Amino acid sequence: MYLNEKLSEEKVFKDPVHRYVHVRDKVVWDLIGTKEFQRLRRIKQLGTTYLTFHGAEHSRFNHSLGVYEIVRRIVDDVFAGRPDWDENERLLCLCAALLHDLGHGPFSHSFEKVFHLDHEQFTRAIILGDTEVNEVLRRVSFDFPKKVAEVIAKTYENKLVVSLISSQIDADRMDYLLRDAYYTGVSYGHFDMERILRVMRPREEQVVIKRSGMHAVEDYIMSRYQMYWQVYFHPVTRSAEVILTKILHRAKHLYLAGYTFQTPPVHFQSLFYGNMQLEDYLKLDEAVTLYYFQQWQDEQDPILSDLCRRFMNRNLFKYVEFQPTNEEMKKLVELTTLFKKAGIDPNYYLVVDSSSDLPYDFYRPGEEEERLPIYLLMPNGELRELSRESTIVDAISGKRRTDHKLYFPQDFLDDLSTKRNIKKKIKELLYE
Amino acid sequence: MLFEHAKIMKALAAVGEIVGRKKLQKMIYIAKKMKFPFYEKFDFHFYGPYSEELTLRIEELCNVGFLQEMKEKKGGYYQYRYALTEAGEQFLTHYHLDMPDLDVCLRSLNEQSARFLELVSTILYFEDLSKDEVKEKVFTLKSKQRYTEEEVEEAYRYIEQLCEQAYIKS
Repeated sequence: MYLNEKLSEEKVFKDPVHRYVHVRDKVVWDLIGTKEFQRLRRIKQLGTTYLTFHGAEHSRFNHSLGVYEIVRRIVDDVFAGRPDWDENERLLCLCAALLHDLGHGPFSHSFEKVFHLDHEQFTRAIILGDTEVNEVLRRVSFDFPKKVAEVIAKTYENKLVVSLISSQIDADRMDYLLRDAYYTGVSYGHFDMERILRVMRPREEQVVIKRSGMHAVEDYIMSRYQMYWQVYFHPVTRSAEVILTKILHRAKHLYLAGYTFQTPPVHFQSLFYGNMQLEDYLKLDEAVTLYYFQQWQDEQDPILSDLCRRFMNRNLFKYVEFQPTNEEMKKLVELTTLFKKAGIDPNYYLVVDSSSDLPYDFYRPGEEEERLPIYLLMPNGELRELSRESTIVDAISGKRRTDHKLYFPQDFLDDLSTKRNIKKKIKELLYE
Repeated sequence: MLFEHAKIMKALAAVGEIVGRKKLQKMIYIAKKMKFPFYEKFDFHFYGPYSEELTLRIEELCNVGFLQEMKEKKGGYYQYRYALTEAGEQFLTHYHLDMPDLDVCLRSLNEQSARFLELVSTILYFEDLSKDEVKEKVFTLKSKQRYTEEEVEEAYRYIEQLCEQAYIKS
């Protein structure tokens, strides 16, 4: 049966984070070979972060294999034979882990924001649609694609299976923290994953952690916290993200206004009209997107060409800290007026960016049933929420640090050949 | 700029006060499903649709003093109460948000219990499924809440009513 079919010889992928990714199941091997999965090679895991940390060129393909490998180790080495674990769910877990990011598009975060897309809907559409992935999954059983899609959407009936792929301590987060730390080259972000895997225990509705492993989990929570502020929310990366977002807005605006492009945005048309079909979506990747940005540097529209040049040549916006108090809001209104007077369109060149615009999650102790917290399995069999036992976790899951920045093109303001006095006034306001 | 923050504040302004984080999450989710222009991304979590983006936005608004968060002990757990501050009201004057009928919808939602809103939002999350499939989802994924057939029917009737108010053809 295809469900249990093994390769005649185990295949291995060399991996800098897990050393090796092991594949024995024919289904998993076939899924990796599909064109929809191969497409993930052309989508970077960290979007624009490579403009800040030059090593961060790793793809969603690497990460997906990594998540698969972690889940494989959990189900084969830790859960196998334990009372709450149903061995029949093994292949489902492996496939869901491998395919969990399948619907991500190029620079997903910006595209989703601008065009109100949801990569999870595309993941579902790829798994259930007329695709090579669906063809492989259907060979397991008629309802297997639906089950895989439900696990990824977190709506599958077996919550233990869901929690392996998506919970506050899951294979997805463990892989991306370690992988992102490795590729960015930062020293934070590391934690003892082997130890965490050894102390994971399956329970009816979720994975719990043996109390003896609490310190390894503390390290993992701290890594999440550090990586968020030091890598994911890095102000330079955010600047690149702001420009990328504005390029997409401008291109859409021009297209809908009937502007004649030298390089027409053929791949983006359905996005601009808000009727993106799966077939078109799968043709979009970062190579295609960057091709347009490269070409649009020479467009007649001064805003589009300038923004593309900034993105391609890393001439990013500068920023100042911005607290949106009423006083600062008045200043923002004044700045907006001055930008217009200076001939710099504030819709594209004056941008407030907030920490909530990039919601990488912190640990939440689930005080009001918002999210399921991490539970420790005490020696007496009782379950206790992590922050009640750990003072470190309690400290960082209390009052949140939030952040807002105001981005603008410093070089425009430094060019005093035109509108000299207005630009000087703008700079005074920005830096006062 | 900061339009999404302003919209959340407008929601709070419409009802005066929201008791409970879960209730706040479900209210915004349901309003979004009623086609009011909220763009926070929601995923299905253990307790139904949840948005980390919305949680962070609320935290930002509390940190700058536009929202007041009061933590109250209720039985064995804590509950949070949210209301606009004077500074928040002033902040809202910077925005002219055109969301007709939002107030009516949110006031109605605020009169419901968090438990009922959890059920309503779960049904809306599975709106593409047939009614029987939705019921199956509710009874399996929400088994601990022990929702009854009557409650599910009531939730459907309530959704119908909301759609009519929001001029959405269900």
